[in-house]
Amino acid sequence: MVDQIAPEQTHTIDEAIAVLKQRFPNVVSDDSRPGYQGVVIEKNRLVEVATYIRDQLGFDYLSSATAVDYHGLEGSTDHLEMVYHSYRISGGSALVFKAQTEREQAEIPSLIDVWPGADFQEREAWDLYGIRFPGHPNLRRILLWEGFGGHPMRKDWKEPYYEQEHKPFESRWPAGYVFRAEEKNAYGHNVQYPADFDLSRLKDTSDEDVYNSMGLGVDVQSLGGDDISTDRLVVNMGPHHPSTHGVFRMVMTLNGETIDQLEPVMGYLHRNHEQIGERNTYIQNIPFTDRLDYLSSMGNNHGYVLTIEQLLAKGARYQPPTYRAEVIRVLMVELQRIVSHLWSVGFLLNDLGAFFTPMLYANNEREKILDFFEATAGSRLMCNYMRFGGVFKDVPERIYGVANYVNDRVRDVDTMEFLTAMINERLPRFLDEYEHYLLDNEIIKTRCIGVGVIPADMAIAYSCAGPLLRASGVPYDVRRAEPYSIYPELDFDIPTGENGDIYDRMVVRLKEMRESLRILRQILPRLESTKGESIYAGRRDYNVRAPLGESYARVENSKGELGFYVVSAGDPKGTQNPWRYHIRAPSFINLTALGPMSKGHKVADVVTILGSIDIVLGETDR
Amino acid sequence: MALTTQKELDLRQIHDTEFPLPDEIQGTLAVTSLSRIYNWSRRSSMWPLLFGLACCAIEMIGMASSRFDFSRFGMEVMRASPRQSDLIIVSGTVTKKMVVPIVRIYNQMPEPKYILAMGACASGGGPFKEGYNVVSGIDKYLPVDVYVPGCPPTPQSLLYGLIALQKKIDGQSIANADDVPWYGAGPSEPTPIPILGPDIIDPRQMDIIRRQAEYAAQGKPYGVRELPPPMEIKKKVSAKAAALAAATVAAAPEPLDENRLKRRMEALERRRAFATKNPEV
Amino acid sequence: MYGRGILKGLGVTIKHFIDTYIDDLRYGLNKYSKFEDNFTQRQSHEARGAFTIQYPDEKMAMPERFRFTPFLVVNDDDHPDAPGQDWCTSCGICAKVCPPQCIWIVRGQDPVTKRPIPEPEAFYIDIDICMNCGFCAEFCPFDAIKMDHDYEMASYDRTTTHIHDKNRLQKPFTYWRSIAPQITVEEAEARGGWEHVDVIKAKEKAAKEAAKKAAAAEPAKPATADVIPTGEQAAQGESLKTDTVDSAANVAALNRAEASTPDTPASDPDAEKAARLAKREAALARKHAKKEGGES
Ligand code: SF4
Ligand code: SF4
Ligand code: SF4
Repeated sequence: MVDQIAPEQTHTIDEAIAVLKQRFPNVVSDDSRPGYQGVVIEKNRLVEVATYIRDQLGFDYLSSATAVDYHGLEGSTDHLEMVYHSYRISGGSALVFKAQTEREQAEIPSLIDVWPGADFQEREAWDLYGIRFPGHPNLRRILLWEGFGGHPMRKDWKEPYYEQEHKPFESRWPAGYVFRAEEKNAYGHNVQYPADFDLSRLKDTSDEDVYNSMGLGVDVQSLGGDDISTDRLVVNMGPHHPSTHGVFRMVMTLNGETIDQLEPVMGYLHRNHEQIGERNTYIQNIPFTDRLDYLSSMGNNHGYVLTIEQLLAKGARYQPPTYRAEVIRVLMVELQRIVSHLWSVGFLLNDLGAFFTPMLYANNEREKILDFFEATAGSRLMCNYMRFGGVFKDVPERIYGVANYVNDRVRDVDTMEFLTAMINERLPRFLDEYEHYLLDNEIIKTRCIGVGVIPADMAIAYSCAGPLLRASGVPYDVRRAEPYSIYPELDFDIPTGENGDIYDRMVVRLKEMRESLRILRQILPRLESTKGESIYAGRRDYNVRAPLGESYARVENSKGELGFYVVSAGDPKGTQNPWRYHIRAPSFINLTALGPMSKGHKVADVVTILGSIDIVLGETDR
Repeated sequence: MALTTQKELDLRQIHDTEFPLPDEIQGTLAVTSLSRIYNWSRRSSMWPLLFGLACCAIEMIGMASSRFDFSRFGMEVMRASPRQSDLIIVSGTVTKKMVVPIVRIYNQMPEPKYILAMGACASGGGPFKEGYNVVSGIDKYLPVDVYVPGCPPTPQSLLYGLIALQKKIDGQSIANADDVPWYGAGPSEPTPIPILGPDIIDPRQMDIIRRQAEYAAQGKPYGVRELPPPMEIKKKVSAKAAALAAATVAAAPEPLDENRLKRRMEALERRRAFATKNPEV
Repeated sequence: MYGRGILKGLGVTIKHFIDTYIDDLRYGLNKYSKFEDNFTQRQSHEARGAFTIQYPDEKMAMPERFRFTPFLVVNDDDHPDAPGQDWCTSCGICAKVCPPQCIWIVRGQDPVTKRPIPEPEAFYIDIDICMNCGFCAEFCPFDAIKMDHDYEMASYDRTTTHIHDKNRLQKPFTYWRSIAPQITVEEAEARGGWEHVDVIKAKEKAAKEAAKKAAAAEPAKPATADVIPTGEQAAQGESLKTDTVDSAANVAALNRAEASTPDTPASDPDAEKAARLAKREAALARKHAKKEGGES
């Protein structure tokens, strides 16, 4: 365990940028747009510069890579842009670099050789923005299907139910005559079928492409003796499969029972979160972030409000959240981390075949915490609790119900009593019991130790985050690497594993719950002492206007590093809607490592390996 | 009502009130019709498909685990295979990419089969309805038996939905092929599987799409508003079931009184006028 | 020994199994009796063993802040002045803030003058889109739209029942008070009375003007009723509906008193007045504290 990571005393970000500009004159230039940061790199030499950034400057962790479309923005050239956020694994802030390309025939060299973790993110940029990445070995659509008409995140692409560029829609008030969107547009306004359109000629090639790329049944090998030979077999798992944690699909080539190659197929829950986010106003996105990683909505809220607060801080009238608001935020986020880890460990056991009992035990404790969320925020899952500058409402004095309907039964507990009992007694006792229950179990050990190993350097290269990364022995936690909120004043450790296998990931999660409890024990007195203080800074406003610029903030969510990249562009007086709203989803990027991790293991192990990554589809597919 | 707290089978549950019994033997004897006892056993042993789509699935699992425990309704066996299940709880956002497997799964389920649309998304698109990859409700493709609104519905409201489904089953009659088409003659047709083209295509709408394409080829404005024909739903509800439904589910609309009807007609007029004036809105 | 870990695990399972029966015994086999007040114990952090809620025979009551679908607050049917009057003024803020844009409002129009009037002509919420986020309730400046607790809404047909129109949405104010006793009190304190905020303002204004006229004519009379309804009164279930008329007059009277006699001599009615003044100041301070605390 490492107590705290000190940022390496090499270059600060400014120094690094100066070095970079000196080393690559004419290639690297400052991003001079107001409110922007980092450098713009001439795209033809992107790979070279990126390698230098990784090897010489030490920014070895690519957090996020995303595209932005600047089409139709006043005062800007019509171009597409890739934005990369790279960090040092030892901590510190980001070196942001960008590469620009024209919109027609958009092409940017792939960085997959520098950071393999760019794999899925580049595929996503191709899928949604239509940027080609020469050098990417497998550039196929990732969230939508092959043959989808157009690249939907481009600003000139309109969805079938398109009403208006930005919310609020004018048809809602004052003449809001209700209609259902499908009445107006029953079958895709934006698709024009040819006159001789015929279904039989229409072919969905997605499946075929996947199977072909995996070498379907071509490779005949002999196993041992001359007379036993086996075909390579392609096995499809999902999207409806009880062990894929939602609608996730894996295609595997098997040699006997051993996995030769594994290809994750996703997008079955692609809900166009980012596009809807760009239509929304800033505040309207908060409840939508609940639905990203729906097991830790508080964490998602936190990441998003931090990003927007960072953006608002560029303006003059910004007021940072009050101390009590920060305390409550940390309280909620850490409770939510416990909720999410309970779920994740429980379901991992489910995948191992211990059907439902460990899950039920974990869920019992989870339900208790959800009761607290329900009494405080109003909903068990979709908390929608944090606001820019504070939180929705203070923690209630009592957790109680109001009986209104037949057969309603009322529970009534004092909140502080409840929290104290949960944090000091019930949850530690439960964790003791749970560890006693699971960790020595021989079946679990046999199936988990040494399976799905990912070594530290590979985990970093693949941009893994969260417990997955820490189980490989990298003490990287955003709460320490780039502290936010009141974490600097809290005392906690970062649990790490040694081998980076499934067992370590489970143990890391169990230990993290204990660390969360440790944080919560420090939060409780703060909660008492700040009682009655204001939970909100400034005026509550539904019409938030953000100054121009870009902002990227990240939090350590239960699944890993959750980042939000928001660009505010357009109106110089401040914008109401984000121009670009991107989510660095830990579940999505962690999956990049699934293929390499599963290689060489048996087909039965792949379910557990997936379970140990702990994905939530709402976040993976967005 | 389900067997929840009582220790043993209450015969009154299956007794048909059409056959009055003297008070003293009530509860010890049941006179009933085949249909009723059949429905009773069917609805008390529903096996849902182990099938989760999105956030709502979490609440569904919450309902399945110890606190709300839907095994009290005879549903504890969540089956992973569609071949073994009677009920599919569509719990979450149905995307265009996912609706293809869902229709396939539905076709694989043996009859009698029921669909419960859980949450705003599955019922009518939900908050993500405006998205380009979201289907506005699973009932665009499959006949839904019970809708449970909410985002997400709490476990208790989902349980209420399941009880509503049980009531619906209670109201069916195996003698009436309209009620339960699966006891009629021959196997029923599978639902055509949607196709992923440039956008999702429902094969049942091919005619309209072709007509639209021809219009467009002649230079007429493309995408003339034309509603798809109402979907053919095989499961008809008998008068008795409908009456039962109306009696049991509180959400039934109040009858329109004359004044309201008039106002509504006026509103409709205005809306039409508004729509013709601003066709783009 | 191989298998020890498994046995340990099984031990935990057996413990849980036995715990359930011990728990049953603890409640003297009356665990689920409707007359036992043990629900808190069974459902809080003290729960041991199985803690199943026997829905539908017993239901978990929802906390005040619970949000399901929204509804519109209207005056009670027995309201003296305007029974069934909408609180909504069709200002459109909820429709603007609603994230999935599922609120549709037709602003009211005077049939003769064609000028906008407060009462909305139509109000629809498509609950197949609503994400139960509660923004509408949070940002409505008139406390006119609130989140309902009625989660039992399953239906067999969505085409007719899932777009809630004004008729379906309207629920009386007493209903809102019954599902959220504490929040309504906080809101009433912020508004200054149980009435709709516009009514309160109008009455205050009218009272002020009347008082001004009266002050010009003759010296002030002492008022009698309490100024602002407090939480205790609400908790006692007292009807405060008629209070506001008096209280508005009081406010005016007190304002005047404040202005005219800053330092009150120790005569009887004046002492009373001073006490009331202090009370009012305390209420105001409470209100401000609340405002600062973010309770709108
Ligand atoms: S209805 Fe709400 S909770 Fe359910 S799947 Fe849709 S967005 Fe998620
Ligand atoms: S915000 Fe309140 S007053 Fe304004 S339209 Fe909505 S419900 Fe009516
Ligand atoms: S709860 Fe949220 S989604 Fe529903 S009507 Fe209100 S603002 Fe809209």
